[in-house]
Amino acid sequence: MTPILRTEGLTRVLPGVIPVTLVEGIELQIARGEFVAVMGPSGSGKSSLLYLLGLLDVPTSGKIWLNGRDTAGAGEDALANIRLKELGFVFQFHFLLAEFTALENVLLPIRRLGTLSERAARAKGLQLLESVGLSDHASKYPSQLSGGQRQRVAIARALANDPSVILADEPTGALDTRASGSLRDNFQELAHGKHCSIVAVTHDPSFAKAADRILFLVDGKLQPPDRAAELFNMSAR
Amino acid sequence: MIRLAFTIAMSHLLSRRRQTLVSLLGVTLGVAFFLAVSSLMQGSDNDFIKRLVDNSPHVTVYDEFRHVRPQPAHLLFPEAAVEIRSVKPRTEVRGIRQYKEKLALIADFAGVRVAPVLVGQAIVTFAGKDLGATINGVVPDLMLRVSTIDEHFVAGSLETLASNPSGIVIGTGLADKFGVRMGKNLTVTSPVGVVRTMKIVGLFRTGNAAYDDGQAFVLLKRSQELLNRPNIANRLILKLEDPDLSPSVASAVETAVGYKSQSWQEASQDLMSLLKVRRIMMYSVVGAILIVASFGIYNVISTVVLEKTRDIAIMKSIGFHARDVLVIFLIEGATVGIAGSLFGTGLGFAMMLGLSRVEVKTPFNTEPTSLPLDWGLFPVALGIGFAMAASLAAAFLPARKGASVHPVDILRGAA
Repeated sequence: MTPILRTEGLTRVLPGVIPVTLVEGIELQIARGEFVAVMGPSGSGKSSLLYLLGLLDVPTSGKIWLNGRDTAGAGEDALANIRLKELGFVFQFHFLLAEFTALENVLLPIRRLGTLSERAARAKGLQLLESVGLSDHASKYPSQLSGGQRQRVAIARALANDPSVILADEPTGALDTRASGSLRDNFQELAHGKHCSIVAVTHDPSFAKAADRILFLVDGKLQPPDRAAELFNMSAR
Repeated sequence: MIRLAFTIAMSHLLSRRRQTLVSLLGVTLGVAFFLAVSSLMQGSDNDFIKRLVDNSPHVTVYDEFRHVRPQPAHLLFPEAAVEIRSVKPRTEVRGIRQYKEKLALIADFAGVRVAPVLVGQAIVTFAGKDLGATINGVVPDLMLRVSTIDEHFVAGSLETLASNPSGIVIGTGLADKFGVRMGKNLTVTSPVGVVRTMKIVGLFRTGNAAYDDGQAFVLLKRSQELLNRPNIANRLILKLEDPDLSPSVASAVETAVGYKSQSWQEASQDLMSLLKVRRIMMYSVVGAILIVASFGIYNVISTVVLEKTRDIAIMKSIGFHARDVLVIFLIEGATVGIAGSLFGTGLGFAMMLGLSRVEVKTPFNTEPTSLPLDWGLFPVALGIGFAMAASLAAAFLPARKGASVHPVDILRGAA
């Protein structure tokens, strides 16, 4: 089966007087509907890997294939279009636009894509909010929602254009245990129920445990599965 | 996308209500003052030109040629190097030859009225006092069709000359110097020695001291006799229905009659240049107000870009293009520009209405006159165009900065 996301020799070096290697030689394959957790100590390159996979950053060397398409050499507009149609982002801090209601935040990517009528877009936005249990909060502003609710709005927004892959950076980092558990359930439902691949960077072993696979990064390098399991067990203790 | 960009732009502007209002006020006042001042200046220009056009001939045919007539030897041998020595010019009677035929020829031009004039110098004497004056020999009914002199009469009229062949019309300046009034006799002596006694049958006051002090009108036949130039006129004065056509009519007349024909624009080139310079200065000064106002827009949009850097990063991570971000901030500038232009136009017209009610008394008008204003749409279009250009230019710099935000730099920092 063709992986939904594949990388080959992915390396990102920050240029400077002393160049800094963020990630190096990443070989990765993510299957459709797979929930992958990326762990590692702070500064190990987890977020950098996520930004590369999300086409927000350009690798120094190596390649990324998304849905079988080589993204190398694509222009800024083409990359933005791929992000709009095929990728969804969830960040540690919800990152909702404060002047817009929950529904309007969810509608942002749909309206930008512009393929649905306003009525159809609103219906879809409400349905997405309902799927994350926030149908009663559609007209509330982010400041009127709790941390967990905001994060669920961010998930609904990430799902707005039916992406193939959701990339989440510390999605439970600012949530309490109950909200984290709820979010973990949401991700599992997305991956196994809707076959949406998920790559989530996390420090939380209980969240990572829910993933189908755990990757471990140390000094920008992906650890072999045995070593990853060992490191995970150490972090979970 | 434009609708979405507009929604986001509005949310940004409303999030900085006070700053937005201040920048809006800047553009509003800029456009309003631009309109009021340019309307006043344009109005005074128009008034000045109207007076110039009304009080002077639209085209004047002189008894001279624009270019020196070529010698027959030059015409005979156009390619040769010809040297002519000891040329003795023939003494000719100055004036427009066969002026009546030429008058009829010009009268056939559409929308043109024409009158002959014989202009010459004379000495006017009263009670032993001699003063020089320019004598204009005119045909009263023809002259009245091409001149506004009848509007400036304080006593008598030009028509009175027709029934008083020995009558003379002088300006109040000349009359005051002699201390004479209507009905007094003046002695007029021409350069050729002809002396005539003429009765004052009209007094005019144009407000132009040089004109009122030195011009006099007599019958054309009387001036021909006085200057010893029978059947001669040395000026043909033309009045046009459309004064703007003067240059083309002057050119056509010159081609038809051969004599130098000068339009009012050509005759007043220095004044027209002065008006042009004055207009450039006025637009520079008034435009500066809008440039200052545009700094307000720059300020508010710069602040929004700084405040919304994280939002820009989010939008770009969602899939917004750099140009989408540019458009959002340009819409913010354009919105302030459009709203400021609309309010400014309203306020500007209110100011113009107020100015139009201001009454000014001048020494030459018994009735108070109002300030000359131009109500044309050109200053409105120019003011709005200038305001929009300044607004968009002010928005462009911060918009470009916003569009160039690299999401990773922001997201990494925010995390």
